[in-house]
Amino acid sequence: MNITIRKYYYGDIPDDNSGETANSSPEGGGREGAWPLWEVFIRSKQGLDHKHAGSLHAADARMAIENARDVYTRRNEGISIWVVESKYIHASSPDEAESFYEPAADKIYRHPTFYDLPDEVKHM
Amino acid sequence: MFNSNSSITNSQFQIPDSLINYTLHLADNTLILAQQNSAWCGHGPILEQDIAITNISLDLLGQARNFYQYAAQLINEFKAHSPKERAGGEATEDTLAYLRDNREYKNCLLTEQENGDWAKTILRQFLFSNYQYLLYEKLQYGEDEQLRAIAEKALKEVIYHLKWSSEWVIRLGDGTHESHQRISNAVIELWPYVDELFINADYESALIANNIAVDGGSIKKSWLQGTEEIFSEAMLSVPQNVFSQKGGKQGIHTEQLGYILAEMQFLQRAYPDSVW
Repeated sequence: MNITIRKYYYGDIPDDNSGETANSSPEGGGREGAWPLWEVFIRSKQGLDHKHAGSLHAADARMAIENARDVYTRRNEGISIWVVESKYIHASSPDEAESFYEPAADKIYRHPTFYDLPDEVKHM
Repeated sequence: MFNSNSSITNSQFQIPDSLINYTLHLADNTLILAQQNSAWCGHGPILEQDIAITNISLDLLGQARNFYQYAAQLINEFKAHSPKERAGGEATEDTLAYLRDNREYKNCLLTEQENGDWAKTILRQFLFSNYQYLLYEKLQYGEDEQLRAIAEKALKEVIYHLKWSSEWVIRLGDGTHESHQRISNAVIELWPYVDELFINADYESALIANNIAVDGGSIKKSWLQGTEEIFSEAMLSVPQNVFSQKGGKQGIHTEQLGYILAEMQFLQRAYPDSVW
């Protein structure tokens, strides 16, 4: 007998839990599943990129930004917040990991490690 | 009575009692509301809002500490021989918070009202933040240097509290049938405590002429306007002809404050001077 187990890795977004359920029960009261999931990206200082900080639940974009402010920047972590509803993020499939990533593993000549970097260059 | 080599200037020399009471009033408002909001810790309707309301609680606690520290400094300067000093030493932010009784607290009645449900907590925060916003906006240009500095610093926090609570009032009022019902009930329950915010206590009146305290009457109109704006978006109406309760600013409180202090002060009362 064959049993298929789908295993999610950190960062994978399962299709069945990405907030679609929210629209089906707008009057869901305080149930946590009633609010869609949002991914939060924070820029910690000017000139750096927004980095994925985590996810949270919110009823709409405005609330998501406010929640992100309270959850992810209260210890002075950021100066800019992006949020995007998780269901709009398309992820590569863990099943394809072999063909996707392994071919790159043995090609060290694609890494620019043969150059000397001046000390003044930061964030490389 | 006053220390002759005090560094306080003449104009301030006339008004230490009022200034101490006013500073304590500002401190008590923020401490009591902080204590009430903190009860949501671990009980918020959803994790993110649990963090939001306790963040606000911590902001308010920070403001309370600033006011208490200033009050303690004034008390030590002016009342060095007062019999009220039960702790046996100088007044500190801790003795002011933990060792004063019900009748010595000068917070507005609104801040000590029960948390009730989420709608009532939200509305209490909105009504108070709206008031605090207008108050600090004026206080930051007042004549007292310390109060001015605290108000200026706290204003940034209050602007966020006001925005956050306004949006929640709209969400609940313009939400489901049940959320509308709950926030409407909260309006009825809390409205009697609104007027007190704008009625000057004696210590406020004494300081208004020197432009140290903010005249409550002067911000009432803007407050009502702001509240009506949010209420109309939330499809709520402002109650008319409600009998208003007052007394908190003078130390005459509702039953609620007794419970709050009993819990908040328990440790220091049961085990004096204990530290951790």
